[in-house]
Amino acid sequence: MAGTAAVLSGCVTAGNDDPAEQATGAVTEDNPLGVPDGADLEVVMFDGGYGQEYTQHAVTLYEQRHPDAAVTHEGLQKVGEVLQPRFVSGEPPDVVDNTGAGRLDIAALAAAGQLTDLADLLDAPSLDDPAVKVRDLLLPGVVEDGTLDGTAYFLNYSYVVWGIWYSRSLFDQHGWTAPATWDDMLALCEEIKGAGIAPWTWQGKYPEYMMDPLQSLAAKAGGLDLVYAVDNLEPDAWKQDGVLAAADAIHRLVTGGHILAGSEGLSHTEAQNAWCSGEAAFIPCGSWIEGEQQGVTPEGFDMAMAPVPALSAADALPYGAVQGASSESFLVPAQALNPRGGLDYLRCLFSGEVARGFAESAKAMPVVKGATDGLDLTSGLASVAAALETAGENVFGYKYRTWYPELAVEVDTATGELLAGRADPEQWADRIQAAADAVAADDSIAKYER
Amino acid sequence: MRHGKYRFLIGALAPPLLLYGVFVVSPYAQAFYLALTDWDGLSAEAGLVGLANFADLWSDPLFLAALRNNGFMLIVVPTATIALALFFAACLTLGGGTRRRGRGVHGSGLYRILYFFPQLLSVAILGVLFQFVYTPGGLLDGLLGAVGLDGLQRSWLADPATALPAVTAVMIWSAVGFYVVLFTAAMESVPTDIVEAATLDGAGRFTVFRRITLPLVWDSVQVAYVYLGILALDGFALVQIMTVGPGGPDNATEVIGLTLYRSAFTYGEFGYASAMGVTLFFITLTLTALALRATKRERVELA
Repeated sequence: MAGTAAVLSGCVTAGNDDPAEQATGAVTEDNPLGVPDGADLEVVMFDGGYGQEYTQHAVTLYEQRHPDAAVTHEGLQKVGEVLQPRFVSGEPPDVVDNTGAGRLDIAALAAAGQLTDLADLLDAPSLDDPAVKVRDLLLPGVVEDGTLDGTAYFLNYSYVVWGIWYSRSLFDQHGWTAPATWDDMLALCEEIKGAGIAPWTWQGKYPEYMMDPLQSLAAKAGGLDLVYAVDNLEPDAWKQDGVLAAADAIHRLVTGGHILAGSEGLSHTEAQNAWCSGEAAFIPCGSWIEGEQQGVTPEGFDMAMAPVPALSAADALPYGAVQGASSESFLVPAQALNPRGGLDYLRCLFSGEVARGFAESAKAMPVVKGATDGLDLTSGLASVAAALETAGENVFGYKYRTWYPELAVEVDTATGELLAGRADPEQWADRIQAAADAVAADDSIAKYER
Repeated sequence: MRHGKYRFLIGALAPPLLLYGVFVVSPYAQAFYLALTDWDGLSAEAGLVGLANFADLWSDPLFLAALRNNGFMLIVVPTATIALALFFAACLTLGGGTRRRGRGVHGSGLYRILYFFPQLLSVAILGVLFQFVYTPGGLLDGLLGAVGLDGLQRSWLADPATALPAVTAVMIWSAVGFYVVLFTAAMESVPTDIVEAATLDGAGRFTVFRRITLPLVWDSVQVAYVYLGILALDGFALVQIMTVGPGGPDNATEVIGLTLYRSAFTYGEFGYASAMGVTLFFITLTLTALALRATKRERVELA
């Protein structure tokens, strides 16, 4: 392993003294971002579950706008491994979709001065309607998601909502409805057990799947103040009443025997397949599950997402509040040869036309407002769109996972122990609090505030 | 002519040495340098921090858990693999009924091929295969159920008590075959007249193995021990593919390679990760030297 790490570092001692020439063109009404004439453009994107159709679509739009430019478009699975040496040697592409398990640490990229400020793009007129700025086309939270220390460095393309998934047909058949409070949930679990089905299963090998409903319960109980306290690493943030109550609520699934036996050893695929084959009634997941399970879901399963139930009547946020975040992070490297072209490419990408194509081809919510209006949505995506509609402004999200991956690892480990029944909510909170305190005290980790 | 010979030698040696220098020696040298910096893996500059990275290692709970787990594998993997491989190799060469004595058990040629099969599978495939074995309600649970041991069924990889032994068992299973072949070849080069003489003197099969065969194949065992020790200090790929987390549950299967990988590619702490790599390098070096010294025996020359 020493060898691997070192090979990748090949350029660190070589240095790059002469930053490449970055041309700009004249700013006109038709060219608001000042893309230089005839400058070529290189787009590197993550070739994952959403496919390449939408980024190719944007290439077509860009080529129409800049007929003299030669555009190269490449889809990769391990974005980080390929691009890391190019960032270090100062020769990155003009647009990068930094996504997937092999992505680069975006906070580290920003800290190393490798990213272009996207403010010019956000304030540029949108492709759809010159009177509307790009910024105003985006769903709430998207610009905030891509902002680090007050500067917008990246824009996410896909909007993900987390909730609890069930089969509409199965629930109709038994006369069950998705519960609105956690007490109802526990009561329904007893009923489901009586029908010979395990009430819950979860993706045990990756405990963050269960952390999503837990932290959603906590956010609903304590509101955004609770979320910010956690993200800002405040002392005893993980021991707030709301967090402990949420952990206790989830722990009740364990003590009540409501989880499919052996779930803690299942991978996400195994657990989701067990759910699709009717072995369990509920599974926690983000809105990508419908696309992920496409080949496995039986006919007439009609999957739907319900918001995480309310923890108590005294909750700070309404029942309809959902955890939402954007993903598929597009950025323009600071040392790109044609950064203005990169920004203009993103202007094409974040247009209504490309976004509608994305909803159809990738079966996911794009971050562009109104892009799914009038489209014939699948059962799961329709439930997600409806949940977002109900939630309105009540969409929350945690940042600690992106800001402090060291903390996230410990959170997942502790949550795995909680769900396996080897730790109780207090031990769970103690363990995570200790990790959060350690991160807070570590000067070598860059801190963020919200 | 003489001059021409050296020119030829230099010409032949230069390319491989150059490749070795560029792709092996220089990365190692850089890793040693990076271990003294706080390089984040992305910027062109790295600041020197002296030995701070190495000092931090000893208070890093993940690294310490990894050391513990690699230590466990280091004790179990070489010992169990060599013991099993010696047993099978002895069966293939010394076993068999009285008439087959010295030619191994019936069908030993076939077994030799079968034992080697796991060696042909890549680690990634092994990891995926054994996930199916260990998954709740998987092959292992099914087997236990079939023989009435339902009480032993469990989520093998999700239980901190069984996760590491489960991974270790896969390492042993996949390594045994290769060493069976290695030891069989070594045992076959033991002159039959010595074995026959010992048999005539009344030595039983176990005595022949202990007093004649084992001392004569000791060199191979020594080599096997070093290789298996290095294998046990890795384990990264299997852990990454098979385990909960990965590295879990509760860090029960954390290995140095995984901690290193996560530090570099998830946390962006390449300097710190390099320090782990350098530490691992010295641990491996020390253990190799110790193993070779501890297993040193008088060499038997077979003329």
